[in-house]
Amino acid sequence: MLAIKILGLEKIYNVGFWRKKPKYALRPLHLNVGEGEIFGFLGPNGAGKTTTLKLLMGLVFPTAGTARILGMEIDDPRMKAQIGFLPEQPYFYDYLTARELLEYYAQLSGVAAKERSRKADEVLAKVGLPNVAGLQLRKFSKGMLQRVGIAQAILHDPKLLFFDEPMSGLDPLGRRDVRDLMEQLKHEGKTVFFSTHILPDAEALCDRVAVIHDGELKGVGAVADLTSGVRGKIEIIWSGRIIPPAFKGLGADCHVTGDTVRAIVSEECQDAVLDALRNAHLRLISLSPVRNSLEAYYVSKLQPGKAAAEVRP
Amino acid sequence: MKRPPVTLVASSLLVLCLAASVLTLHRLDELRGHATLEEVLYVSSPQALKRISLGYSGLLADIYWTRAVQYFGSKHVRGAEDYKLLAPLLEITTTLDPKLLVAYEFGSNFLTAKPPQGAGMPDEAVALVKQGIRSNPNEWHLYYDLGFIYYLDLKDYRNAADAFARGSRLPDAHPFLKLMAALAAQKGGEAQMARMLWTTTFETTTNKDIKANAAAHLRALRVDQDVTTLEELQARYRDKTGHFASSFSELESAGMLRGSPRDPLGAPYKLAAGGKVEVTDPDNLPFIEKGLSIGYIPPPKPKLLPAD
Amino acid sequence: MKGAPMKAAPMSRVFPIALNTFREAVRDRVLYNLVAFAVLMSGAAILVGQISVGIEKLVVINLGLTAVSLFGVVISIFIGIGLVSKEIDKRTLYTLLSRPVRRWEFVVGKFLGLVGTLVLNTFFMAIGVFGALLYVAHHFAKPDAWVLVALYFIILQFVIVTGLALLFSSFSSPLMSAVFAFSLFIVGAFAEDLRGFARMTKGITRWIATGAAYLVPNFSALNVITPVAHGQPVSGQLILYNTAYALIYATMAICGAVLIFERRNLK
Repeated sequence: MLAIKILGLEKIYNVGFWRKKPKYALRPLHLNVGEGEIFGFLGPNGAGKTTTLKLLMGLVFPTAGTARILGMEIDDPRMKAQIGFLPEQPYFYDYLTARELLEYYAQLSGVAAKERSRKADEVLAKVGLPNVAGLQLRKFSKGMLQRVGIAQAILHDPKLLFFDEPMSGLDPLGRRDVRDLMEQLKHEGKTVFFSTHILPDAEALCDRVAVIHDGELKGVGAVADLTSGVRGKIEIIWSGRIIPPAFKGLGADCHVTGDTVRAIVSEECQDAVLDALRNAHLRLISLSPVRNSLEAYYVSKLQPGKAAAEVRP
Repeated sequence: MKRPPVTLVASSLLVLCLAASVLTLHRLDELRGHATLEEVLYVSSPQALKRISLGYSGLLADIYWTRAVQYFGSKHVRGAEDYKLLAPLLEITTTLDPKLLVAYEFGSNFLTAKPPQGAGMPDEAVALVKQGIRSNPNEWHLYYDLGFIYYLDLKDYRNAADAFARGSRLPDAHPFLKLMAALAAQKGGEAQMARMLWTTTFETTTNKDIKANAAAHLRALRVDQDVTTLEELQARYRDKTGHFASSFSELESAGMLRGSPRDPLGAPYKLAAGGKVEVTDPDNLPFIEKGLSIGYIPPPKPKLLPAD
Repeated sequence: MKGAPMKAAPMSRVFPIALNTFREAVRDRVLYNLVAFAVLMSGAAILVGQISVGIEKLVVINLGLTAVSLFGVVISIFIGIGLVSKEIDKRTLYTLLSRPVRRWEFVVGKFLGLVGTLVLNTFFMAIGVFGALLYVAHHFAKPDAWVLVALYFIILQFVIVTGLALLFSSFSSPLMSAVFAFSLFIVGAFAEDLRGFARMTKGITRWIATGAAYLVPNFSALNVITPVAHGQPVSGQLILYNTAYALIYATMAICGAVLIFERRNLK
């Protein structure tokens, strides 16, 4: 069964005071997400990622189209009991403590009374906030609130998770923690649908991604496919500033940066290149195949006219 | 079975409750009757009420005035015997807005009149109008109202004359006031005085209840005079012929009368036994003192016809 | 899946929401108004004992009940107008509505939470009023029991005002909601006059005036402060019909709020 099935979901806002002009927040979207996947929803700010999530959560009503989550309608409470949602820059009742909020939400999600306290503590530990259960939320930093947000999303053990910019507000350590958590969720067999504009995270985590821009879906694909393909090039880095003359003949693309040189040559020249360096007594730093990057794919979808640059991953 | 959508349930419930609320309000209005109005009995100090109203006393005065008129109207239509809330309502109205002249006029007419026409409280009426004069010393009509009550209802000729006299000295006073002062001082000319008073009221008021009341009184005075005149004619006829006339045509042939006499509403007078003259429809002519047959009981609901 | 299909009764979600609304009000220090009230009642009781000889009970009951009514209406408007709009603005609703909570359950829960807060508040105030009464009169008399009925009617007033505030909160900004709710409170106090006035008009004005007069909340019937202050009893029929009216009117307001909120896009 598909975890998420989106059929032509569309949202048009009418803006303006006197003469209303239509604003296409989301053009008809067709998208499927399978169970057990981590699915990345990529796009710049204002692309329609949050709109899509709000439509799926039933916070906003579509102008056209439908969607089914876990085979059920968007407003079905049985479905809602099996999903968790982390909105962008979440805000919670600041007069409650972390434990009170989680127990309240647990109650609303149908968690049994004697389980609530235990689950609250368990989930706070999981997100790296083991000692703040009794602290009022108004005293939490942005990063802490983000973690609470994740905590309330996973609290009731949902099958499917929706995260809107889960890394926002987190320092690098926090981001790593969240990445680890998402990996763990995947291992537990859960489906994760998250939106982000930070590509390295998507590349590291996702099974499949979709790129959205200006309210329109620009492309969908498996990350493995998009970033695979040794395109027959290798990248060599050595120390020093000297470029052996042999390289010119091999059609290499060389750049000197500080105390190192970086060159890209075709795969067949690998042996010749290594010989040239040895003969010149230059010290090799690294040799690796050039991969397509997700960033390249992303940029190509956003700006179809420009050729995809070969950028350092 | 699929549960009915929330919007359907909520809209039906809304409509249902709307209907139910109207019905409940009806019942509540019945239960409470004049309960809101009766609270005026508990206002021991209208001055305090004015202070509490925080400067919005004008609006509150209008509300109390409306309540007074409705209270009187609803009671009057049912021919009530007591109007105990009228005086407090008018007192509060005029305390909140001392310049609401029509309230004083209303009080002087309907507080004084005897039930079921009015509250039958001439002393309260006097107090109300005197308060009005204190707040509006240059309104001639208030002195007129005061004199009216003293003369017709309290038969206090000295105070009546004094009131008329003071009023007559004001620049735009009705010309009748000087004459009324004189007549009251003389204690004479009662019928003439009464007619002048009611005519003035009729001509100078804008309130339709007061106008209708005055018109009825004027008709009554006319009838009383007509009956007196006609009965005098009967007496003279008997002196002449030894018996009373049995029809007006007989009086006509005797040269005492021209045409068939009719009351102010157009109905003919009747000649009754013993030389008495009666009106055909006494129910239409409240306030008359003559022309009524023996044993006539006036209807509980007085008929005030539209003013002519 | 770890949770069973949604067989839980709506009350299992309405009640926690109500409780949370109550908790929010308390932590928002709304109950501090009781301190102001206590000061007022104490001051009044002492003053009255020295000045208004013979009518001490009258003044204490009048003042006390009027204060209970006004304080409560202010609270119900000030908190009521934000019940829904604050959650939309602060986006606390996002994580709430992604749970198996229906939108109408949220509205009803908020309503019950605020009404519960007001009932508790009134309870404490009642103690204050009776305390002041005891101080000036030195003992209770039988007619004092009617003060309880007056307090019950005041609570019914709060039920209506809260319903209205909630209705406005579901679609308009806090400022406009406050204006609307407050205006309706004033007009509602003169609802009986409005109906009488409507009866005196004719034609199309009559239809409009009558419609408005019946739509406006009828607070005049719920105000028995003056008779109770004079020791007058309150008829059982009046209690019955007032209760019915308050419940019906509040239900109307809540249905309106639910209908509006059901289809509202949360930006």
